[in-house]
Amino acid sequence: MLIQPDPLRKIRAFVGAFAGGLILLCTTLPTNAAPIDSARSRVVATFRQMNVPIEGNFKRISGDVVFDAAHPQDAKAVLEVDLASFDLGPGTEDYAQEVRHKDWFDTARFPRATFTLSGARALGPDRFEARGKLALKGRVVDLVATIARQVDAGAQKFEGQVPIRRLAFGIGEGEWRDPSVVADEVIVRFQLLVPSSSAAGSHNANPSGSVSSGRK
Amino acid sequence: MDPQPDPPVRRVDRYGIPAIGLHWGMAVLVVGGWFVGRWMTDLPFSPLKLKVYSWHKWNGVLVFALLFVRLVVRWLQPPPASEPMPRWQTRLAQAAHILLYLLLALVPLSGWLYSSAAGFTTVWFGVWPLPDLVPKDAALKVLFRSFHGGFTYVLGVLVALHVLAAFKHHVFDRDRVLARMVPGLKPRQSR
Repeated sequence: MLIQPDPLRKIRAFVGAFAGGLILLCTTLPTNAAPIDSARSRVVATFRQMNVPIEGNFKRISGDVVFDAAHPQDAKAVLEVDLASFDLGPGTEDYAQEVRHKDWFDTARFPRATFTLSGARALGPDRFEARGKLALKGRVVDLVATIARQVDAGAQKFEGQVPIRRLAFGIGEGEWRDPSVVADEVIVRFQLLVPSSSAAGSHNANPSGSVSSGRK
Repeated sequence: MDPQPDPPVRRVDRYGIPAIGLHWGMAVLVVGGWFVGRWMTDLPFSPLKLKVYSWHKWNGVLVFALLFVRLVVRWLQPPPASEPMPRWQTRLAQAAHILLYLLLALVPLSGWLYSSAAGFTTVWFGVWPLPDLVPKDAALKVLFRSFHGGFTYVLGVLVALHVLAAFKHHVFDRDRVLARMVPGLKPRQSR
């Protein structure tokens, strides 16, 4: 079978990179942006295959958060996820390899996913609704996430989850489009630990080798 | 005075219809599951592989559930007395049948344990999630996978012997052993 280069794909890649860059430019974070503690933060995605829940986490994540509980509307956050670091646990190499494939994340062309949140409104004590965008595989989709916030020894902890429709991003193409095998909805849960800026004197050298906040 | 309750009905000459139905129904499921199980592990990673793995597990859970039904049926309607044959053959048959029942429990159970240890919850027919018998664990996964494979292999050998023995009784001994399990089948007449 002849493999034809898909011009549409190239255009999408360019648009995606452009849009991603534009988002990053628009969300220049103020200087009081605090980096997340990557080692103590988690981004987990749960998808369902044949209605069996499968969970994997992204081992390399990084990001910055600006959040003042008194002014949630000024909240901003950027979270970058290294897609090739998706790990489903031991013995799932065939899944992990498949996920990097062009029918899925296509990590060769789109190595990162970027969540940008801008503006939150309080729903209750320490509960917020945040709106933002997810740039993934050359597409950008609006998102709403419900976030719970905790303050612990000066650091802020943000927990929440957001449902993602994988087909909206072209994740799982070709024979994998069938949502009865792998469901369209994927739940992404995150727990971000943001040490207070006074505690984080300098960017911590991260032993897990996360992508640094200085984006490549 | 309380009269003695009637003993369960016992067909003298053949198995009851529920027992026959369960026997052949489960035979189809077990043989099908056995071959599919051997074949599916070599499939390339694809939606088909995920579907077949799920169907295989649904089949296994069904066999396991039917096993309990079968035991109840056997209790309510015990099988006919053994056909006349040398006593060592009767003993051998009894041992083989007990082993078959045991394996019909051990094969699905080991599969369930394997799936749990691998971190894949079994969702029966895609709607009913079964409890994970053990937590996700790489070492347990390897252990239960070998149990499942080993028990499956023994079951395969035993089923093959079971089938061969049934034919031996019907074709060579010309007795009622097979006829008892097949409605409408009569033992071959001696010349």
